[in-house]
Amino acid sequence: MITAHHYLAVAAMLFGIGLAGALTRRNSILVLMSIELMLNAANLNLVAFGRQAGWEQGSQAALWVMCAIAIAAAESGVGLALILAIYRHRRSAHLDESPPLKG
Amino acid sequence: MLRRLVHCALCWTLSMAGVAGLYILAGAEFLGLAQLIVYVGAVAILIVFAILLTQRRELLSIERLTAGSWVTGVAVAGLVAGCLWIGLAYTRGLGGAGGASGGPALETRELGELLMGRYVVAFEVAGLVLTVALIGAVILALPFEQPREASGRRADRPAAGEGWDARRQGGQGA
Amino acid sequence: MNMEGILALTGWGGLRWVGPVELFERGPVWLRDWAVGWLPEGAKVWAEGLIPAVAVLAVFGLLFGLATVAERKLLGRIQNRPGPNRVGPYGWLQFAADGVKMLTKEDVVPRSADRVLHFLAPIVMLAPVALSLAVIPYGRDLVAADPRCGLLFFFAVGSAAEVAAFMAGWSSRNKYSLLGAMRAIAQMISYELPLVLSALTVVMMAGSLSLVEIVEAQSGYWWGVIPRWHVMTPWGLAGLLLFMAAAAAASNRAPFDLPEGESEIIGGFMTEYSGFKYAIFFMGEYFGMFAVSGLAVTLFLGGWQAPLAVLEAAPSYGWFFLKLGVMIAWFIWVRGTLPRLRVDHLLNFGWKYLLPLGALNLLVAMVWRGLGGWAFPGAGAVRWLACLAMIGLPAILWGRLLMRSRGWGPRVYRYAS
Repeated sequence: MITAHHYLAVAAMLFGIGLAGALTRRNSILVLMSIELMLNAANLNLVAFGRQAGWEQGSQAALWVMCAIAIAAAESGVGLALILAIYRHRRSAHLDESPPLKG
Repeated sequence: MLRRLVHCALCWTLSMAGVAGLYILAGAEFLGLAQLIVYVGAVAILIVFAILLTQRRELLSIERLTAGSWVTGVAVAGLVAGCLWIGLAYTRGLGGAGGASGGPALETRELGELLMGRYVVAFEVAGLVLTVALIGAVILALPFEQPREASGRRADRPAAGEGWDARRQGGQGA
Repeated sequence: MNMEGILALTGWGGLRWVGPVELFERGPVWLRDWAVGWLPEGAKVWAEGLIPAVAVLAVFGLLFGLATVAERKLLGRIQNRPGPNRVGPYGWLQFAADGVKMLTKEDVVPRSADRVLHFLAPIVMLAPVALSLAVIPYGRDLVAADPRCGLLFFFAVGSAAEVAAFMAGWSSRNKYSLLGAMRAIAQMISYELPLVLSALTVVMMAGSLSLVEIVEAQSGYWWGVIPRWHVMTPWGLAGLLLFMAAAAAASNRAPFDLPEGESEIIGGFMTEYSGFKYAIFFMGEYFGMFAVSGLAVTLFLGGWQAPLAVLEAAPSYGWFFLKLGVMIAWFIWVRGTLPRLRVDHLLNFGWKYLLPLGALNLLVAMVWRGLGGWAFPGAGAVRWLACLAMIGLPAILWGRLLMRSRGWGPRVYRYAS
């Protein structure tokens, strides 16, 4: 019998993994992936509570998950475009070794 | 351990698909399939493209962590996850079941009516954010023009001697 | 109809006289019930899922074999040559010989390839496509699975094909493979949008995401003659054309077969595959074509519905597979007729032509519904023509404008002048 507890436990683990990745990694793409993991943990919580309430009452949870997925998609799109732009700028200006956001 | 970024991205994709499976198991079929479309179909592809476009050969593998950052990061994350877990362990009254284990499932029609009725503003704002993000991403990723003498001959543009191909590309615009 | 019936087992234990019409129509379902009836109670649930899966795979596996031969024969006819005609009657067993050849070939893996991903890529390509065949209704009550979001399921599992193309291209360690994968992914993502948009029009008009209900929404006849298929309305006609153009690109078929254009990048992401893995890729591609053709039939051509009330005596799955055959023949014909596009033409066509027209088609469908209230004589014809003009005129004008201003028109070949 799967209860909301199990969903929340999975979500907690997912959040922890994402947090560990976001804190320890220096690679921007990996950090972005970790942030997505944490977002999904939050979404999983919402789904767990929506199911707990029974979906007739809990359909608002689904609504917020939909919005969160849309925002996450927008975030990753802009984030990756930013990474691309920064990379291109550094390569063309031969600033590979120094961080671009200083001064 | 996985040392290649592409492997990491593919495993990340798999875990996103797993989360989608959990949604479907919880009775939220529409959410699970939307998650699959967005994460497996779009974001995963964006990420592998970004990896291929930005990382040079020496960066394609993940850096080894120093002992200090490893300990700090895992300690903080473990602390947060542990707190969540303890909070969870002392929570009672979450016994309800739904979805695959017999409870009601999410009605797509109901979700649509909420999106188009009471929460239409949230829906429209999400659409607006997506549009702005689309335009912003395109502008950010566009190659900015730079003066010829500063950058020298650009690698992706053929030299003058290469003839008709360069003219054709120039004539059609980007 | 039951006048000269024959004795049939209708399910487990039910034995009664049925006519030939009912026998053919209900036969597959009875066969399944009868087979499930033999099993112990615990195994029944598994068998009820497994039998349709095996049936779908068997039917489409055979269809895959026949379609490869039919494609080669039809292409041969278009190019004024006989095509395969040695193995079996008129060459129709050529696929068996090809299969044996593929199976006995050596499986070559490049030394620097990523072995795990190289092995997994064909599986990731084929499995989701086979899954997407599950939600298509092949006949009355003949559907392997009917989830409430069937159409969404189709597109959701289909999105794994992009990941598979990337896995194949990246793991091969070959620049042609990677280029092919890049092309394939760019193309699949670009053409998924018009594909989904034209399918969305149907969802809006039928009011359901379930493919079974979409087929049922197309039952009945106007004036008892013209079937109420979506293709008989202006938005449905435009939607079908948009859908088929996008479907040809999404399933990497000619003239959109740049990802594996042999004359340009050898074989695209399949360059480093041989033997059985290549056969699986090939199979995945054909299954993908069957799946989108089946979806087009379901969404626009009335699924398993007969074109005339008189013809409803023929079994419903027969009508479905007849329509599917027409769609496959259309794909083959287009492949034999049109030359391959260039990459920038391909992307421009998808984003600047198909996508705006898909969005416009959504509007036309709304107008079509809005004009449904007209009641003066000849209202039907006026409504039909008005809606057709609404989608047709912009299609022609926008196409001409783009052709003139952007130079997308007929290509002028200048050989190294």
